[in-house]
Amino acid sequence: MRYTFLLYRNESAMDNVTPEQMNEARAAFVGYIQALKDADIFLATDWLLPSSTATTITLRDGSRRIQDGPYADTKEQMGGYFAIEAPDLDTALEWAEKCPAARYGVVEVRASAMPA
Amino acid sequence: MTSNQTHERAVQIARSSYGRLLAILAAKTGDISAAEEALSEAFKRALETWPDKGIPNNPEAWLITVSRNLILDYKRSAAVRLQSAVEVEDIQELVMSQIDPDEIPDERLKLLFVCAHPAIDSKIHTPLMLQSVLGFEAEDIGTAFLIPTATMAQRLVRAKRKIKDAGIAFSLPDQSQMQDRLESVLEAIYGAYALEWDSPAGGDIRDDLAFEALYLADLLVELLPSEAEVLGLAALLSLSIARRESRYGEDGEFIPLDMQDMAKWDRLKLSRGNVLLERAQKLGQIGRFQLEAAIQSVHCDRLANGLTDWNSIAQLYEGIMRIAPTIGAAVGRAAAVGKVFGSETGLMSLNLIDPKAIENFQPAWATRAHLLEELGENEEAIRAFDRALSLTVESPVKRYLQHKKNQVA
Repeated sequence: MRYTFLLYRNESAMDNVTPEQMNEARAAFVGYIQALKDADIFLATDWLLPSSTATTITLRDGSRRIQDGPYADTKEQMGGYFAIEAPDLDTALEWAEKCPAARYGVVEVRASAMPA
Repeated sequence: MTSNQTHERAVQIARSSYGRLLAILAAKTGDISAAEEALSEAFKRALETWPDKGIPNNPEAWLITVSRNLILDYKRSAAVRLQSAVEVEDIQELVMSQIDPDEIPDERLKLLFVCAHPAIDSKIHTPLMLQSVLGFEAEDIGTAFLIPTATMAQRLVRAKRKIKDAGIAFSLPDQSQMQDRLESVLEAIYGAYALEWDSPAGGDIRDDLAFEALYLADLLVELLPSEAEVLGLAALLSLSIARRESRYGEDGEFIPLDMQDMAKWDRLKLSRGNVLLERAQKLGQIGRFQLEAAIQSVHCDRLANGLTDWNSIAQLYEGIMRIAPTIGAAVGRAAAVGKVFGSETGLMSLNLIDPKAIENFQPAWATRAHLLEELGENEEAIRAFDRALSLTVESPVKRYLQHKKNQVA
């Protein structure tokens, strides 16, 4: 099964991060990605710029509507994701627990709806 | 065999092997709903064909084979709809040409762990177990939980869909997760028992729930015989259920434990509970359920010499407060301390509990009322009785409290 980890964290807390801490975090993510690759379950990942840079677009109301800002203006914002291949939820949760993002935020684990 | 007898036999098989068969099917497919549908259709077909052709030598293997073929048929047509060749291949392994009756595995333990998985809302753990392991209808579960049938059915369907869609595996947790996961299973089984015990308002269904909880606990003992808390829970339920006939008097009024007629206690269940508790204690892993069972066991020892060892009970509550503190245990400790060191000390112990936490906790007010009554503080006692009464929905307890209050007033 394919699982996606949606990484949420408090953005305002990111303002006080020192360059050293940023480097540490980057190294932790690099190590994590390598571990996923070594286990042969890595599919994709991305690390996103803050939600202040987000733009939304919709045709839902019949016309094209573009707006500045994230979809939901909440304190906890999605800041990245991982997609992995795992046999079951428990295995996916084990890997989500190891994700560096789980230490300072929350990792939402969702199974893919697409047929394998 | 007449058709009637065949029908009865089929119903018998359904009752005794429902959970075992469902667990096998669900473990293979990860889909409890599909397994339920297939199994219920297989039982229907059994009732149609067995009266003519006779009951097969191994009815369980017959039911499993029919159910598996039904699931396979369903998946095939779904796969054709989705034009997914991969899935058709995947499901081929579901088919078993020959089933060895001695080889039917017991997957109920995995099913219990799935029902109480942390990714599933804990409020639905107990209903899920009642439905999938014991075959209860959503309507009966709803009645027991005082929730409309449609709402309960919807919650059950949602939970089963989550299990399937999120890919919750039918496997045993590894050693590092075992204790946490087992605790949820024990909590869910205890939940079924507590529901009946706390408020018999749900009628006949609730009457059975304590026995169903004991059945599940016994099953768990069979499957995990060396887990101390599993034995502890089975001991607790056995010891409590042994006294259930003596909980209410002839007029349906509530009778507190130390006033209960010991002649009505079920000796077989008492001794079984004590044997289980001894086995648990030999394993040397103390836990909440063992301590609760030990408290019950001390109460039941009154059978030997007519005395209740409140000192031991106070110490056992102290033990619970150290490893798994609850408001109930804090109040139980205060009541026991009152018996050992006098009502004033009991009241002091009760006053140490956060008032906010026991504001709406009936046993705390009932205990306070008794302690105040013993101290001769009648006015305050009456106020406490009134508060306890206002928090009681169960009529036997209500009548008992009213009676006690009238005595003081």
